[in-house]
Amino acid sequence: MKLNERSVAHYATCDSPADHAGFLRKRVERHHHHAHHHHATSYQRRWFVLKGNLLFYFEERESREPVGLVVLEGCTVELCEAAEEFAFAIRFDDAGARAYVLVADGQAAMEAWVKALSRASFDYMRLVVRELEKQLEEASKTLAACHNSPRRSSSSSRKRHLSNPALLPLQEKPAVLENGYSTWGSGGGIPGGAASPDREGGHPPPLPPRRRSAAGSATGSPVTGLSPAMPESPVSPETACFSKLHSWYGQEIAVLRREWQERQKRGHP
Amino acid sequence: FSTPFSFAVLKKRLVKLVVNFLFYFRTDEAEPIGALLLEQCRIIKEEENVFSISFIEEPERKYCFECDSEEQCQEWIEALKRASYEFMRRSLIFYRNEIQKMTGKDPLEQYGISEEARFQLGTRKQ
Repeated sequence: MKLNERSVAHYATCDSPADHAGFLRKRVERHHHHAHHHHATSYQRRWFVLKGNLLFYFEERESREPVGLVVLEGCTVELCEAAEEFAFAIRFDDAGARAYVLVADGQAAMEAWVKALSRASFDYMRLVVRELEKQLEEASKTLAACHNSPRRSSSSSRKRHLSNPALLPLQEKPAVLENGYSTWGSGGGIPGGAASPDREGGHPPPLPPRRRSAAGSATGSPVTGLSPAMPESPVSPETACFSKLHSWYGQEIAVLRREWQERQKRGHP
Repeated sequence: FSTPFSFAVLKKRLVKLVVNFLFYFRTDEAEPIGALLLEQCRIIKEEENVFSISFIEEPERKYCFECDSEEQCQEWIEALKRASYEFMRRSLIFYRNEIQKMTGKDPLEQYGISEEARFQLGTRKQ
């Protein structure tokens, strides 16, 4: 399966904010044809970087390219009753997908990782954004009502004065720097205030389309305050796409590394 | 949200937008042959019915898509522009800031995520 690896590697290592980073030990998953050998469970120490819904891991902290990628959609993050202390697992709704067992350095690190990973999905972010969008509308309406009837004691009827100037801020959506592409062409700028010519006036841009069959991630710790609008998560074809991506990524790198090692052996006296 | 289109090399593919990935399939197959991660990319309208995706580190390389109609083309452009996690992050920061200005309260506090680095204004190096 192809992937735009250069772009992926760039995103993994560029200076967009990482939501979490640190060393974790990752359990090594043996392929089936090794099953007849007797293996003790082994772990590899890797540098993990969480950006959005993508968990990258690198061989070293300074490595220029990730050796692995986990897409955090349709998964749960849970504590693990493994032999190791401070272990947790990322498990996918798709039964065919491998789980990732990770071990942190200590209790605090483990809790921080589980918390960060549980909230990493695109769906979670979308939910929060929708909530805030609603709250902003409510706040605008309340403000408008206040401006129009300043001294009224609270009556529950809200006046819809959409022409009220208090609502104008909604139009000043910052120039949405498409998909993080902030420095393209123009000198980079921090978003804020400038009206974007793309947007129709009066409404914040709509959110990305909902997936048809949402593989809603049943995250480990449900967030208080959010209405449970997430549908039941059937195994959806989308999560199968991601697990294929995971195994592709890992194998591709493994193949490259073997080839490199072979070349090294041949090259050295 | 999937629809047939052709690549620049005239291959007809089924395309599916799933969160911030664009998967593409041969029209009769269930498993994707490839995917594009849609972070740090630019979506541009090219000629009629055609749009392209290019990435910040390789701006000359364009992935071109031809749609069946201009309307479909516009739908895709709009959907793809909003498909990145970074876009949502920025929207969230914007709304949070606006609500805070209007109400004096931080709307993220109720979710217990107000301190997370990813939601702070001004943490981005551009």
